[in-house]
Amino acid sequence: MKTKIMAEDGKQEIFITREFDLPLSLLFKAYTDAEIVEQWMGNKVLKMECKPHGGYQFETKDKQGNVLFRANGVIHEFLPEKRITRTFEMENTSFPVQLEYLTFEQLSAETSKLTIHIVYKSVTDRDNMLKLPFAQGINMAHNRLQEIVSKLK
Amino acid sequence: MNLRRDVFQAIADPTRRAILMLLASQAMTAGAVASNFDTARPTVSKHLQILTECELIKQDQQGREIYYHLNVGKMKEIADFIEPFRKLWDDRFNKLEQVMKSYKPKT
Repeated sequence: MKTKIMAEDGKQEIFITREFDLPLSLLFKAYTDAEIVEQWMGNKVLKMECKPHGGYQFETKDKQGNVLFRANGVIHEFLPEKRITRTFEMENTSFPVQLEYLTFEQLSAETSKLTIHIVYKSVTDRDNMLKLPFAQGINMAHNRLQEIVSKLK
Repeated sequence: MNLRRDVFQAIADPTRRAILMLLASQAMTAGAVASNFDTARPTVSKHLQILTECELIKQDQQGREIYYHLNVGKMKEIADFIEPFRKLWDDRFNKLEQVMKSYKPKT
């Protein structure tokens, strides 16, 4: 399993770790170049300001133009190829804003590691978020979008 | 009572996880389980009670003895609970890797 989730019970945080067969520079680029983010996240990137106090916004629409998912956040810390500290909030949902610490590390010339430490407002909010893919939500939007994208090819 | 939360609290405890590991191999009485730990017998009983309440283990009366055994279905449910979340990220990251492997810097 390349992607690992560490979620200790009773805590309002999780750690997502993943090792990539990519040099650190490419991994970091995948997170900061709006065009590339769109390709792998499957969202439209409305805004991407990679600097302290900058903001970002993602959106997913269905074929009819209805917004299925929209999220935004503010970037607090931006250290190229090291760390991004940002908030993340899903619009029009009851989920409170969450704080994300993204740490980028070089493992070798051709491999790198990403650690995402997410802090939630409460333990319950965290557990609900973990259950979300279970209860469709993003997953559905994600699948629907993949379907659209694959038809475009 | 939020049963789901309780289940996660139950498996967060290292002793209870060790008990689950023991019971994974065979059904055991409370006494047999306790003999594997340095902790006091009532402490082990309390752990067994919590695990039973969460349906992670089941009691089975055999003659005068009560045997505890793993509730495999419930255990599987927990293992699966976080899996869709992990899968979502794994798929996303696989895609990222794939996109970046064919990435050519614009000149």
